[in-house]
Amino acid sequence: MFEVTNMAFALPEMFMLAMACVILLVVAFLGKTAAGPAYMLSQLTLAITMVLIYQSMGETAGLTFDGTYIKDIFSDILKLAICALNIVVLIYSTSYLKERGLFKGEYYVLAIFSTLGMMIMVSAYHFLTLYLGLELMSLCLYAMVAMHRDSAVATEAAMKYFILGAIASGILLYGMSIIYGATGSLALTTIADTIQAGGIDNTVLSFGLVFLIIGIGFKLGAVPFHMWLPDVYHGAPTAVTLFIATAPKIAAFAMAMRLLVDGLGDAHQYWQDMVIMLSVLSMIIGNVVAIAQTNLKRMLAYSTISHIGFILLGILSGSQEGYAAAMFYALVYSLMSLGGFGMIILMSRHGFEADNIDDFKGLSSRNPWYALMMLILMFSMAGIPPLVGFYAKLTVIKSVVDINLMSVAVVAVVMSVIGAYYYLRIIKVMYFDKAIQHEVLQAPVDMRVMFSVNALTVFVLGIFPGSLLALCASVFS
Amino acid sequence: MIALSDFLILGALLFSLSVAGIFINRKNIIILLMCIELMLLAVNLNFIAFAHFSGDIAGQVFVFFILTVAAAEAAIGLAILVVLFRNIHTINVADLDKLKG
Repeated sequence: MFEVTNMAFALPEMFMLAMACVILLVVAFLGKTAAGPAYMLSQLTLAITMVLIYQSMGETAGLTFDGTYIKDIFSDILKLAICALNIVVLIYSTSYLKERGLFKGEYYVLAIFSTLGMMIMVSAYHFLTLYLGLELMSLCLYAMVAMHRDSAVATEAAMKYFILGAIASGILLYGMSIIYGATGSLALTTIADTIQAGGIDNTVLSFGLVFLIIGIGFKLGAVPFHMWLPDVYHGAPTAVTLFIATAPKIAAFAMAMRLLVDGLGDAHQYWQDMVIMLSVLSMIIGNVVAIAQTNLKRMLAYSTISHIGFILLGILSGSQEGYAAAMFYALVYSLMSLGGFGMIILMSRHGFEADNIDDFKGLSSRNPWYALMMLILMFSMAGIPPLVGFYAKLTVIKSVVDINLMSVAVVAVVMSVIGAYYYLRIIKVMYFDKAIQHEVLQAPVDMRVMFSVNALTVFVLGIFPGSLLALCASVFS
Repeated sequence: MIALSDFLILGALLFSLSVAGIFINRKNIIILLMCIELMLLAVNLNFIAFAHFSGDIAGQVFVFFILTVAAAEAAIGLAILVVLFRNIHTINVADLDKLKG
């Protein structure tokens, strides 16, 4: 049987691929002067892709390309979020790159190709498409980390990221090969049907699952597979850290959901315990080690690890409410992380990275408005009501309480209290310590406005979380 | 006749060898890159064995894609290695210690 491929389902990706090639050519022909046009073209591409996704959002969901690609409301929302985040990331990073001589066309080519990889990951419904999307995203990210060629720490971070990322892909592939052997198919729909029908060897299936979960753990940065994350966040130029810390986390979350829920949802009993372990360890190690950090980028890296633990809480619950809560958490987390790293870029200038916690001393007396914005972001990350981080934590913890995993819920609550300590320390440093330096902020206007909008969105979403919560819930009902 | 399990055991051996190589080796980053390639080849063997014994062509097609991606990955890995060598003048794994905390 031969069915006609519905190309329209992948229209945003096709448009983005075409534009990525155009940007590549523009960069190749213009050479050193290409950065400006490449920046404008990238923003245009992301904006038009968002329009294309938004236009097709209400239309029917379904599989295309012979069952390897899916378009549903889940993928539409996550793709919109990925494009929107990357638009803001590119706005934030421009001045940082210019001041350090990194404002080159290559950065934007890699950013757009990487975004394309993320979108493919979100829509993949087959091991092959998932793997190709993942590699397209990761290979671009490795190159972006290494873009600061004369910095020893940046290249070291790139090497570590590359090696651990490649190991993660290898382990993930090994898991895929075992599951392919157990179920006889690479397509997630067929795998799900085969497992539901029963009759396959559960030992083989759980053996494959172990590798799959290790691979997902590496990509998400869950303990004990987190060792690359602090080094990469710390070593990479802040503009690249910002890129890595936001949209790829949403893509990795989507990959985890596709594999564990869509593909292996009926093997839930086999993977639940493993994910509980990852989640609890991530929350404990992430929050406790973050306390000891003096570098803000490193501290936010450990805070990322703890947030990943919370996202995994929603996934492991195995309920529709839990999946919706995890999705809500992933979206909210990437918004907060965008603000957190955005603040570091906003503070930095040529020859000054602003990535030590001491650099924020006395910020409230110098820049009361941005200190207030940072206060909102930190309170939200700590999960203090009425900010949106509180609802994110509340819904994931509620989803594990609903399935009677009380001990896990208690660990989550205790760890979010411990986590509040290091976020509050930033606020203490900003408001109660004496300023060491008195330079004024030099960030351009578009970035300042965008940053304020970013932080205020966290505030407004905290007061009116209902619509986003309802949107996430509607995806899984 | 070689059975499916023989291929799987060979694949598992190659895979464990590559993982052991990554964790035991403290000397040379190029050996790490070789271990990563070996890991992907072990996976390829698994895919081909399963595809052959289940009569499904998809697994063999997957292998072509893995080979292609592995080539791209090696290119990026070696490029990063060159940049790293220019900066720190060594490719010793133990010297990658500037980022700690």
